[in-house]
Amino acid sequence: MSMATGAFAERGADLELVGISKRFPGFTAIESLDLTIPAGSFFALLGPSGCGKTTTLRLVAGLEEPTTGRILIGGKDVTNLKPYQRPVNTVFQSYALFPHMTVLENVAFGLRRRKLADPVGKAHEALRLVELDHLAARKPQQLSGGQQQRVALARALVNRPALLLLDEPLGALDLKLRRQMQLELKTIQEEVGLTFLHVTHDQEEAMTMADTIAVMNKGRIEQMGAPEQLYELPKTAFVANFLGQSNLFTGTVVGTTSTAISVDIAGQKIVVPVGRSHRHSGDVTIGVRPEKLSLHREAPVIDPARNVIGPAHVIDVSFSGVSTQYLIAHPSLGTIVVFAQNMAFGPVAHVGEQVWVSWDIEHGFGLADDPAENPRFAADTDTKSIAAQRHAALIAELGEA
Amino acid sequence: MAFAAFATTTGPGEELQRRRSPIALLLLLPGILYLALFFLTPLVSLVLTSLQVPSATGEPGVYDPAFKWENYVTVINDYLPHILRSFGYALIATVLALAFSYPLAYFIGVKARPWPLLQSLMLVLVIAPFFISFLLRTLAWKQLLSDESFVITTLKALSVMPPDAHFTGTPVAVIFGLTYNFIPFMTLPLYTTLERLDVRYLEAGSDLYASPLQVFRKVTIPLSMPGIVAGTLLTFIPAAGDYVNASRSFLGGSDTQMIGNVIEANFLVLENYPAAAALSIILMSVILVIVTIYIRRAGTEELL
Amino acid sequence: MKFSLGKWLLPVYAVLALTFLMIPIIYTFIFSFNDSLKSNITWRGFTLDKWLNVCKVQGGAVCEAFGNSLIIGAVATVAATVMGTMIAIAIVRYKFKFRSATSLLLFLPMATPEVVLGAGLAAQFLSVGVPKDMTTIILAHTMFCISFVVVTVKARVASLDPALEEAGRDLYGSPSQVFMRITFPLLLPGILAAALLSFALSFDDFIITNFNSGSVTTFPKYIYISASRGIPAEANVIASAVFLIALVVVVTTQVSAAARAKRLAKLG
Repeated sequence: MSMATGAFAERGADLELVGISKRFPGFTAIESLDLTIPAGSFFALLGPSGCGKTTTLRLVAGLEEPTTGRILIGGKDVTNLKPYQRPVNTVFQSYALFPHMTVLENVAFGLRRRKLADPVGKAHEALRLVELDHLAARKPQQLSGGQQQRVALARALVNRPALLLLDEPLGALDLKLRRQMQLELKTIQEEVGLTFLHVTHDQEEAMTMADTIAVMNKGRIEQMGAPEQLYELPKTAFVANFLGQSNLFTGTVVGTTSTAISVDIAGQKIVVPVGRSHRHSGDVTIGVRPEKLSLHREAPVIDPARNVIGPAHVIDVSFSGVSTQYLIAHPSLGTIVVFAQNMAFGPVAHVGEQVWVSWDIEHGFGLADDPAENPRFAADTDTKSIAAQRHAALIAELGEA
Repeated sequence: MAFAAFATTTGPGEELQRRRSPIALLLLLPGILYLALFFLTPLVSLVLTSLQVPSATGEPGVYDPAFKWENYVTVINDYLPHILRSFGYALIATVLALAFSYPLAYFIGVKARPWPLLQSLMLVLVIAPFFISFLLRTLAWKQLLSDESFVITTLKALSVMPPDAHFTGTPVAVIFGLTYNFIPFMTLPLYTTLERLDVRYLEAGSDLYASPLQVFRKVTIPLSMPGIVAGTLLTFIPAAGDYVNASRSFLGGSDTQMIGNVIEANFLVLENYPAAAALSIILMSVILVIVTIYIRRAGTEELL
Repeated sequence: MKFSLGKWLLPVYAVLALTFLMIPIIYTFIFSFNDSLKSNITWRGFTLDKWLNVCKVQGGAVCEAFGNSLIIGAVATVAATVMGTMIAIAIVRYKFKFRSATSLLLFLPMATPEVVLGAGLAAQFLSVGVPKDMTTIILAHTMFCISFVVVTVKARVASLDPALEEAGRDLYGSPSQVFMRITFPLLLPGILAAALLSFALSFDDFIITNFNSGSVTTFPKYIYISASRGIPAEANVIASAVFLIALVVVVTTQVSAAARAKRLAKLG
C-alpha cells in the first residue's frame, strides 16, 4: 500500500469513549458508555435495532453530539470537533454515494476538500484496491449493489482515516455477496492496517470479521471479547441468545467442588465447571448450546463426564440440510432445542418419541445474570425465533443449492 | 397536485432529522414577510374596504373609512342569485370534471404502467392545455360551438337541438367551459395518487371474492381519496371564483353572471369598491368553510 | 387485465378524452394560419403571413403585451423561486415555532380564489395610494407563485437522503461546500420544475393581473380586451409558438428521462 499520507494516519488510532450518554427528546439512546478500541483492530458493535449502536457510530463520526462524555481518537479529544474536522470516515448504510457525480469524483471528493495533491491519481488507486477502477467514469446508479458498496468503501479508505466507521455496510446485499464482501473487507482491513469500527445486527457477520465484538443492548454494552469467547462463555441471557441459540435452565447450586458446581434444576442435577460459570452459589442460570447436545432413544449409561436430561418427548422435527432441529418437551424443564448433524439418512427420532439428551459437562456455561430477571427455563423457543431460524436455514439451503 | 403534495411529504420518522437553528428563521423570513405583506394585509384591506361608505364629498370612486356592516346585507340582497349560481356551477363542473378525469387518470396511472414512455406522453397531453392561453382555449370553444358552427348546425339538423336554441350564452355553455378548463387540475392529482397505487391491493381484493366493481368501490376509490380531495378542491375553488367563462365575450350571457363577474364589474368598472370587497370576503369565507368541512369529512386533515 | 371494464373500453376512452382536451388547441393552431382580416372567426384561406409579420398588427400591440408577460414572468419567477426554495428547505429540515401557522399561511393563497387575491391586492394598493403598473403586477404574481414553489421544492427536499449531506460533511466538506456541491445540485431539478411552474402560472394569469395592471397590458389581458371586438390571428401565432416551445421542452425532458430509466434498468 503506497496510498497517500496527507495530514492523516498511516496506521489506525485508538478510539476511546469515556462516560458517553446520548438522550433524545423522549428516550435515552446510550447510557454512560465506556469503550476502548485499540489501534489497528477490527471491532464490531453488535446488537438488535434500537440498541444504540448506530447512535454510538454517529457520535464518533461527529454527526450527533453526546449529551455527556468525551470522545478521544489517538488520545486527542475530538468531542467538540465538527465531522469534517475529524480524522474519521464512514461507510454509510445506504452508501450515500453522490448521485450527481461519477464514481471517480465520489472517491476524490474528500481529497479535494482537504486540498491534497493528485486527488485523481489517489482516487484511481483506491478504486484499484476495490477492483473497480474500470468503472470510474460511471454514475453510482449504474452500478450493482455490491459495486456501490465497494465504491463507498474506497471513498472512505482513500482518506486514510485513523478510524473507519462501517454502518451496517453489507445490509443491503444478498446473502452470497455478503459472505464474499465480509471476507474482502477483512482482507482489506488487514492490508491497510486501519482501525475499523463496524456496526451490525448480524451476529454471523460480526463473528466472521471482527477481532473483538461488543454486544450492545438497550444503550449498554452487555459483554465484550473475542468472538469465540463470547460464544463459548456468554455472560448474560441476552448474549447467550443473540449470539447463536442457547438452552437456559435456572436452578440452585447444591454442591461445589474445586472444579465444578452442581445445580439442582427441577430435581435434575446438572454439573458445570467452576471456570465456566460466572456465579458459584445461590440461584444460577446455566446454559448449553443446542449443537452440543446428543440425542438418545434409550436412557444413556450413567457417565460422570456427561449431564443427562430425560426422558422427554419430541414435539417437532425440522430438517434443514446440514442439520436437523429437534424440539423436545420435558415435563419440568420446558422445551429444549437440539441441533443434530445429519450423519444418517432421515431423522434419528420422530415426533412423539421418548428421548434423552446429554452433553459433556465441559460444554455447559453459567451466566452472570441475576436469575430473578430471567424466566426459569428460558430456552429461546418462542414461535417467532423458531420461524426466524427456519427462515435462515431455508435461505442457507437455497444459497447452497 | 399541489394539495396532494401537502398531504404526502410529512412521513413518520422525519421529525428526528429536524434541528432547531437560527438559520431556519433566516430562510423563512423573506417569504413569510412577503406573504404577510402581499397576502394577509390585502385580506385585511379587503375587510376594511368592505365596510367603507361613499365619500361625503359625493365624488364617485372615493370612499371614507367606516364600519358599515349593512354593506354585506346590501350585496347579499342584490347578488344572492349570482352567489348561488357560482357555487352551483362550480359544484356541477367539479362533479363532471371528476367523472371525466377519473377513468383517464386510472388508465394513465395504472393501466399504462408497463409503457412508461406512453404514460409520460399522455401526461404531457393532459397538461398541454396549460401551455396555451386559457382565454384563447375558451374563445376557441366559443367559436367551435357558436350558432353558425358545424357542430351546432349538425345537432339542429339532426333535431337533437331545437332550431331556435343556442349553446353559447347559456348556463350549459358556462358549465362546459368551467369543466373543460379545470380538467387538468383534476386529472393531475388523481394521476399522482393512482400512479402510486399498489396493484397488489386490487389483486388481494379480487382474491378475497370481490367483483371488479366492488374492488373499485371498496379498494381503489378509498386508496385514491387524497387525489380525489386534492383534485376536487383544485377544481372547485378556481371555478367558483372564475369570471372568464361566464363573461359575455366568452361563453356566458346576461343570465349566467357569476360572483367573479360581479366583483370585477363593481371593482374595475363601477368603482364600487365596498361592494366588490364585501362580495370577495363572502366568497372567500364560504370557500374556507366548505374546504374545512370537506377536508374533515374526507379524513385528510394533514392537507394543512 | 383483471380489473379493466372490458379490455378496450378504457384505452378507447383515454384516446377520446385526450382528443377532446386537444380540440381548442388544434383550433387555435389552425387559425393562426387563417388569412383573416380584423377578427379571426371564419376561415378565409391559408397564409403564413401572420407568422412572418407577428408584430406588424395594431402597431405591435400583441408583441408588446407578449413582451410584458415575459418580463413579468421572469422577474416573478426568480423572486418566488428564491423565497419559496428557502421556505421549503426550512420546513423540511428545521424545527421552528409556529410551524402550523406557517403551513396555513402557505396553504391559504392556494385555497383562495384568484378574484379575491386580485381584489385584495388592488384594494391594498388603492388604500396606500400605489399606482398600478408593471411593478404591482410583478408583486402580485410573486405572491401567488411562492406557495406553488414551496410545494414543489419541498417534495424534492424531503426525498433527499440526509445521509448524502452527512457523507459530504464526513468527507471533509465545510457546511458551505456541502451546500454548494451536494445539496444545491441535488435540489436543482426540483427548483427548476418550480421555476417552470411559476413562469407558466404567471404567464397565463389573467384574473389577478386584471385587477392590478392599470394601463399595462399583458398577453392574456390583451386577449380579454380584444375578445369582444375580435382577436387578430397574430395572437394565435404567439400562443401557438409558446405552446410548441413548451411542448418541445417537456417532451424532450420526458423522453430523455424515460430513456435514462430504461438504460439504468438494463444495467441493473
